[in-house]
Amino acid sequence: MVSDTGWMRNREGMGVWEHRGKVAIVGWGQSHMDRRWDGVALDRSCGGLTREACLKAIADAGLSLDDIDGLITSPETRAEQTWAPRPYFDPPYDTEDGLTKASAEWIQRELGLKNVKYFNSDAPYIGPMMGLAAQAVGDGLCETALVWYPMVNLEGRYGHNNPQNNNQEAPGATAFTLPWGYQNGAMFNNLVVFLQYCQKYGKSHDGLAPLCLNLRRNGLLTPWGYYALHEPYQLTTEDYLNGRVIEEPLVIYDCDRPVNTCAAFIFTTAERAKDLRQKPVYVLNHAQNNGRGRSTMATLDEHQEAVASLARKMWEGSGLGPADVDIFNPYDGYLTFTQQFLEGFQWHGVKWGEAHDFYAEDIRVEGPHPFLSSGGNNGTGRNRAVLFSDSIEQLRGTAGARQVTVRAETALAGCNTPDSCGFLMMSKNPD
Amino acid sequence: MSTIPGLQRPAPVPNELTQPFWDACNERRLVLQNCTLCERLHYPPAPRCNLCGSSDSFEWKEVQGKGHIDVYMVIRDSRIRGFRSAQPINFAVITLDEDPGINFLSNLPGTPPGEVPVGAPVELIFEETSNGQLVHEWQVVN
Ligand SMILES: [Zn+2]
Repeated sequence: MVSDTGWMRNREGMGVWEHRGKVAIVGWGQSHMDRRWDGVALDRSCGGLTREACLKAIADAGLSLDDIDGLITSPETRAEQTWAPRPYFDPPYDTEDGLTKASAEWIQRELGLKNVKYFNSDAPYIGPMMGLAAQAVGDGLCETALVWYPMVNLEGRYGHNNPQNNNQEAPGATAFTLPWGYQNGAMFNNLVVFLQYCQKYGKSHDGLAPLCLNLRRNGLLTPWGYYALHEPYQLTTEDYLNGRVIEEPLVIYDCDRPVNTCAAFIFTTAERAKDLRQKPVYVLNHAQNNGRGRSTMATLDEHQEAVASLARKMWEGSGLGPADVDIFNPYDGYLTFTQQFLEGFQWHGVKWGEAHDFYAEDIRVEGPHPFLSSGGNNGTGRNRAVLFSDSIEQLRGTAGARQVTVRAETALAGCNTPDSCGFLMMSKNPD
Repeated sequence: MSTIPGLQRPAPVPNELTQPFWDACNERRLVLQNCTLCERLHYPPAPRCNLCGSSDSFEWKEVQGKGHIDVYMVIRDSRIRGFRSAQPINFAVITLDEDPGINFLSNLPGTPPGEVPVGAPVELIFEETSNGQLVHEWQVVN
């Protein structure tokens, strides 16, 4: 967790963002994606993939290595599996830095970056990290920031070797959750809220099937995505309804699949962006939530209030409203919470309790309601960066087979969960 | 041991904030922090009142141990070792009758997995964890 949250826009009443339209995203790079690192191929380790993504992003922007003066990344690479004994290699792969994470210092050394004046290897996960990057450039901490987000997946079943899950003791706050089988992470509480949602609005788990299928469809239109690369086939409704049950009613197809990959982005000033290779994608605002519920489990009421507040902060800081958002890519790591964002931001007029009806309509990219045109993490593997990269591609008009047919001038993207997230408002126009 | 076959609950580790809570559990009493300024219950224990922010207005207050089942799921593929040996197992959210804004977790001992009567009343019981520390649990009222 990042300790300094002073840069966050996590309160209502902060007004229009002071750097609205003055910061732009001008480059993006996506590395190769595998299910896991095999522990052998160093160019497919976290460091190797990070290097690949960063070089692609810099080239995409038409910049040189000497133009980079800020480095921002997150240590939350989710390498939950322990793997011992862990072999080390010759430098630079002789520590965890390079194998299961890639710090700012590591990348500076590896790429030979000479002009870096701002280093931050302690940013939070990608949702708030994108806001941090925009704020850092706006505040002048650096002019051109290279920002990357690796996701690491090693041998073994996800989380099963995490020491916390094998401990006979429950220390700290886990004393009030672990003895009843609660797993840390977004799965349990968001499933509880989903069940409360179904109870309140008369919905059921089956209502998520059309979303899941469409995400896979969009994901198969994303050439670098996990399914396009490794399992290029569509799911059926029957597959979804008969999916392996994890925590009933949640099935395996509700969960984004952990992968090994890295994505990188270039943020710079609107001024600098003018004469670069790509059409700039301007940042109009960033907003975060980092609350928690009153008691053990946050409730539907609390999550609905959280996303409503997030939306109010986003409208206030960006000057836009629900009808102005063309592209919408909220997190779908568990399909059970995605509807909260859809309803909280009222995208395409969707109100509380209406998400499942919306999913059953036409949400294809070529249709009138191209929700999560990215394919999300459900459709491309749990990389989280796709929410932002698809937004950029849609605004640039380079999304290929996923390019929407509706207007694509603004985009809203973010993650992770309703009570803990960071979102970014992007636009083709700075004003 | 738990009354649920195969279940090995990790044992809570008390700290300065939570010691009175766990001591009370071992005496088969459920006590929650109550802010005497706001008359507001807190659970899990908090360093300060989430309404007025005061850190020295708390008293430990014993509650009645009556609740209702809000929602439930069934754990079928846990990442937690002590639960993998007990799958499938219920995982329910219990609201406290005295203040439904307070909720607890429960595996509902005595209720077969998946046969959970949502909305039914439950009452407080206690179960043993791996080192003998008691934890609060809930069972359906017959
Ligand atoms: Zn108080």
